[in-house]
Amino acid sequence: MTHALTTENLEVVFNRFRALRAVSIDVAPGESFGLVGESGSGKSTLLRAVAGLAPVSGGTITVNGKTLGSKRTKAFYREVQMVFQDPYGSLHPRQTVDRLLLEPLAVHGFGDIEKRILRALDEVGLGSSFRFRYSHQLSGGQRQRVAIARALILEPSIVLLDEPTSALDASVQAEVLNLLEQIRRDRKLTFLMVSHDLAVITHMCDRLMVMQNGAEVERLTAAELTKRKVSQDYTRNLLIASQGFVRPEVPAGG
Amino acid sequence: MSTMLDVEDLRVQFPTRTGVVDAVRGVSFTLGRERLGIVGESGSGKSQTGRAIMGLTPPHARITAKTLNFDGIDLLTASVKERRALRGNRIAMILQDPKYSLNPVMSIGRQIVETLRTHEKVSKAEARRRALDMLTAVQIRDPERVYDLHPHEVSGGMGQRAMIAMMLITGPELLIADEPTSALDVTVQLDVLRILDNLVRDRGMGLIFISHDLRLVSSFCDRVIVMYAGRIVEEIAARDLHMAKHPYTRGLLNCMPQIDNDRHPLPVLDRKPEWAA
Repeated sequence: MTHALTTENLEVVFNRFRALRAVSIDVAPGESFGLVGESGSGKSTLLRAVAGLAPVSGGTITVNGKTLGSKRTKAFYREVQMVFQDPYGSLHPRQTVDRLLLEPLAVHGFGDIEKRILRALDEVGLGSSFRFRYSHQLSGGQRQRVAIARALILEPSIVLLDEPTSALDASVQAEVLNLLEQIRRDRKLTFLMVSHDLAVITHMCDRLMVMQNGAEVERLTAAELTKRKVSQDYTRNLLIASQGFVRPEVPAGG
Repeated sequence: MSTMLDVEDLRVQFPTRTGVVDAVRGVSFTLGRERLGIVGESGSGKSQTGRAIMGLTPPHARITAKTLNFDGIDLLTASVKERRALRGNRIAMILQDPKYSLNPVMSIGRQIVETLRTHEKVSKAEARRRALDMLTAVQIRDPERVYDLHPHEVSGGMGQRAMIAMMLITGPELLIADEPTSALDVTVQLDVLRILDNLVRDRGMGLIFISHDLRLVSSFCDRVIVMYAGRIVEEIAARDLHMAKHPYTRGLLNCMPQIDNDRHPLPVLDRKPEWAA
């Protein structure tokens, strides 16, 4: 079986700082794979290296059986699309939703533009009334839906998700996570998703990797995490931290 | 329990070109020496409530209230000078992101000393000594070194601890913390909360903890106020949160992914217009 996405001993170096240390992952077609860690753990760097946004200094990346060179081709971006964390920063402030969705279609020479834009908006639960709005006229959740529509409009097979809901309110997060899950099911997409939130990753992914200081800490299935079958202290600490604040026992009444 | 802060029917309005925006619409609560959480989503008015108490509402906004009373002082009629004497001295506020709320061109030590010397007549040497003590109190290991660092030279967790040090050096009675840990990693978040918790308890302060994170707030505070569209929809003891009655509170609790509870799809909030009525 060919994997949808693999990295082997991937290294990323910024100046002399090793941001990624020999990281290997393999993601099967249709699988959802999660990367968890704190800031500086290299989880986003791994995603960006795959997308061609971080300098790879060693190791290989293979997408659908093809090993990538240092330059990403247009064909690559048809297969692999990315959704960024901050919907306030990732949409052009002076382009309407229509223009934002048109751009990738024009770049890749798609036909049927009218139909595709309407379908993309419909798929992410935004009516055609949103088509000629600017991004500042949208809420955070609506913006993230536009960003998802823009990623999906090229019909990629792999979607890279960099903290897609961490800038959103809890209730909006639930809606966007449900949307992502449904789209993945309908289109049989492969997800590589980054989050600092263990609960979000466990909810969305079949398997996950915990990262720290640019390296792998351990790899788990979502089921193992739910059963607390973890072998590393670091993962255990993350699990404890995700439960919220625990007031230490205070002597003399507290 | 003695009441320190009394808020009754607080309203904050922002006149805009397209009409008046009601950010806070009749909020009432009292606060003693306890930890009170205010929870809500973006636009619920939780931050504007805190800012109105602190006196940081933009000048073009209109604040009205039946009562807005801090320790016998009527905050509505207090002069600018009186408010300034309270702010940073008896009422202090911790903001979300140390990257933006600390002065980037001043060393951390000087910023702490500046706060202290604004409110108290102390010599430079004494101020420095107290700033160093305060940095030690927020568990900064090498206070002498951190004193001379600028905000960009420290991590987010360290920056937020410096912020806490700066806010607590005047010994305030009321501390308003507006999303004090939302910009931090989960494990760092807990360190900062632990420090805050100890200081609030040891100094007998009243704390208003404003956050969007219902679960975090309920694990930290004694009492929780849930806000929706500028109003309080529910007030509940933090330990009874699982028995919350209002559908909004329950919906908020329910819609978060839980590690031990696999639900697909996640329940979503079905917002009812009457919640905002």
